[in-house]
Amino acid sequence: MGTEKENIITVRNLVKKFGSFIANDNLSFEVKKGEIFGFLGANGAGKTTAVRILCGLSAPTSGEVKVAGFDIYGETEKIKRNIGYMSQKFSLYEDLTVSENIRLFGGIYGISSREIREKQEILLNRLGMNALRNKLIAGLPLGWKQKLAFSIAIFHQPRIVFLDEPTGGVDPIARRQFWEMIYEASSEGITVFVTTHYMDEAEYCDRISIMSDGKIMALDTPAELKRIYTARSVEEVFVKIARPDKN
Amino acid sequence: MNKAIESIKVSKRFGEVVALDNVSLEVNRNEIFGLIGPDGAGKTTLFRIITTLLLPDKGSMMVLGLDTHKQYRELRKRIGYMPGRFSLYQDLTVEENLSFYATVYGTTVRQNFELIADIYSHIEPFKKRLAGQLSGGMKQKLALSCALIHKPEILVLDEPTTGVDAVSRKEFWEMLKKLKEKGITILVSTPYMDEASLCDRVALIQGGKIMDVDTPRRITEKFPRRIFHVSSDEMHRLIRDLHQFAKTDSVFAFGRYVHFTGIDDEVETSELDKYLSDQKHTNVLVEEIGPGIEDVFINLMGQQ
Amino acid sequence: MKRFLGFVKKEFIHIFRDYLTMIILFGIPAILVLLFGFVISMELKNIRVGVLDLSRDEVTQKITDKICSSGFFERGKDLAGYHELGATLRGGKTKAILIFGEDFSQRLLSEGTAAISIITDGSEPNVATQTTNFITAIIGDYNRELAQTDMPGTLLVSPEVRMFYNPTLKSQFMFVPGVITMIMILICALMTSITLTREKEFGTMEALLASPLKPAQIIIGKVVPYFFLSLIDAILILLLSWLVFGLAVKGSILLLLAELMLYILMSLSLGILVSSIAKTMQQAIFVTLVGGMLPTVLLSGFIVPIESMPEIYQWISAILPPRYFIVILKNIMIKGTGLAFVWKETLILVSFTAFFIVISLRSFKTRLQ
Repeated sequence: MGTEKENIITVRNLVKKFGSFIANDNLSFEVKKGEIFGFLGANGAGKTTAVRILCGLSAPTSGEVKVAGFDIYGETEKIKRNIGYMSQKFSLYEDLTVSENIRLFGGIYGISSREIREKQEILLNRLGMNALRNKLIAGLPLGWKQKLAFSIAIFHQPRIVFLDEPTGGVDPIARRQFWEMIYEASSEGITVFVTTHYMDEAEYCDRISIMSDGKIMALDTPAELKRIYTARSVEEVFVKIARPDKN
Repeated sequence: MNKAIESIKVSKRFGEVVALDNVSLEVNRNEIFGLIGPDGAGKTTLFRIITTLLLPDKGSMMVLGLDTHKQYRELRKRIGYMPGRFSLYQDLTVEENLSFYATVYGTTVRQNFELIADIYSHIEPFKKRLAGQLSGGMKQKLALSCALIHKPEILVLDEPTTGVDAVSRKEFWEMLKKLKEKGITILVSTPYMDEASLCDRVALIQGGKIMDVDTPRRITEKFPRRIFHVSSDEMHRLIRDLHQFAKTDSVFAFGRYVHFTGIDDEVETSELDKYLSDQKHTNVLVEEIGPGIEDVFINLMGQQ
Repeated sequence: MKRFLGFVKKEFIHIFRDYLTMIILFGIPAILVLLFGFVISMELKNIRVGVLDLSRDEVTQKITDKICSSGFFERGKDLAGYHELGATLRGGKTKAILIFGEDFSQRLLSEGTAAISIITDGSEPNVATQTTNFITAIIGDYNRELAQTDMPGTLLVSPEVRMFYNPTLKSQFMFVPGVITMIMILICALMTSITLTREKEFGTMEALLASPLKPAQIIIGKVVPYFFLSLIDAILILLLSWLVFGLAVKGSILLLLAELMLYILMSLSLGILVSSIAKTMQQAIFVTLVGGMLPTVLLSGFIVPIESMPEIYQWISAILPPRYFIVILKNIMIKGTGLAFVWKETLILVSFTAFFIVISLRSFKTRLQ
């Protein structure tokens, strides 16, 4: 991953306080275009707060944040149009069918019905879900739901897609198929910003950052982090950083 | 002495969905038994039958030698259960939650404090805090304390580590080991395959069926296939190219490696080396390795 | 027993820690009573009363003066004949019309009784009720004056009340029994069903069921706090309407409290029943509001008198427990009658309560569904 690539997310001295509690303490980092960026941290380290700010859902207390070239303070609407979002908790409407969900989210992002129809065919073919188009989401296995949710999150060809623990509880085969989809999106130029508790998944990322107590403690490629921390896996690195007193 | 749990041909369906299909299983006293499988595999349903909360459609379930259908009253006193959604009262403080569960089981916090002292010490500084304001890891520890406060003989934990970070997970498993030393039988479910190695014995479950039951070591030892892990500088292209390879049976990403099995296990490292260098991959590494639980699981899933 | 007390304690913590619950428990009843009360008492000033006096003698003059100088009423138009009745009331300014028949005082002297008709505008039921009640009271006063004079025989003026548009409306301060009935359903049924379904939704019910607690202990533990809180609530409403509006309970307070407890018990068991059907709080709220509150307000005689409903609604009303409770309350509080007059309604409420308790205990499972 060359440094010549442009930055798609730039964060400078980001601070977010809730009363006296500092959720994000002076974060600075960049994410490059087309990169798979792993955003790791213990529970309560401040990941969710940071992701919310990057998605334009919450304003920082101070600091400079640019996402997809737009300023987080004045241009949140433009940011929202250029990003996709998917989480473990909310992704699709359970009581709508596969096809209805696609049409709904396509419509939300202002895609014409003809284009939606064409792209829907490609999408369903690629996922092998053609026969399931009129089935309710509620009846699908979790792995399929999440793969579909991801396809829908990038349906409007956003420049960045935010994935918040997208594979929690998904079976091991579907989890890997999911990551193959992530690679594919990345190779098409979509930047992927992902949080996960599966440490093996952290190894799939181009670069990872590890947060603890509101600060970014480390940020580099998985290989480099393992070298610096003399660890065999990202999991070891994570444990050393997140709870230094324990080891 | 009888088994901690004896499940005999248990089946359960909800409408058209078969949640459990002819599940037979034995859990020994004082072991850590892991039920490993993804969401929707039937783990929660099996646990609810074990904890007398559901009745099987077919088959029978004996826990501590008691029938979960007829002797559920007696059983409920002796089982500690931690449901998947940590059943804490969000508007009660840490202390209040604990003492509430103690009174429900007709005991007091002080009476059995020794058992939870170690775990509780992690959350004691926050004992006046509302449970709703705890972080995931602390909620998990409080829920475990609540499930233990009546000194159960068997502890049933439904996905206690889901959504919890890797560090808290590690701490949690250390706690379980200590509880085992105190003579408690522990039944735990998890979707994280790497946690299997921390159990004495595991059952792999998928689609309501038990695919295998054994010690984690034996499960991987008896794995019949040859696995190669492969890496190169370009992970995504590596996966794509391996899918194209004529002798490929399966290709799955595992961390920074790809796990590869060949058709009929007749592929040799040299062949892979050659194929990948033909595809212009750099820094190629191909090695035959021993399988992990996840390899076994994926393989068994494929067979179903 | 200790288990049970621990459970009750936890319920009280839930209630006292949630300010919204506290508002619903104590704020809303107080606001409702004050609101209803003030709306009514503010309207009862300078009500314009028209007079159709066909007799025009000393006695009718005296009665008219007495009514119009009472401070509540103001003398309106004098009507020339019956044909003007409709138009005058439709005009909207005149809310009531007094009618004295021909030869009023002569009839009073010779027959010992004479009739005054009061016709009110039933489209404003509260004003109408208040007006007739006040006029009736003033005439009753006059009756007593008559009795003290040396006139031969007992002379009586019997007011013949007739209402236009809403001919059967009765009783003053109807709103207090109505509000109590409604609030009790709201608190008891709604709150218990919410608190039970909340345990389901947050997953804590799973832990409770897996414990040695018996279903009856869970249910009664949920019910006890609300039983006492609703009782306090009912007393609060009674005190408020007494202190602010001067509505004293005419009948036996003990009987009233006993009936209140019975009704609260009935509402609580209804709440438990709802929670055994509903899986989420949202469903519980919907079912109690639509199935409990709305019928209580609309069909139990609280706002619209049962007698003036279409027959089918009267039938529906017959299976609504609140309907009977309103009758009981009205009897004890306003008419001051005893158990002899309300035993039938009480018995009906007892059977409802028993029915709900049996059904809800049956449907509350010892296991998950």
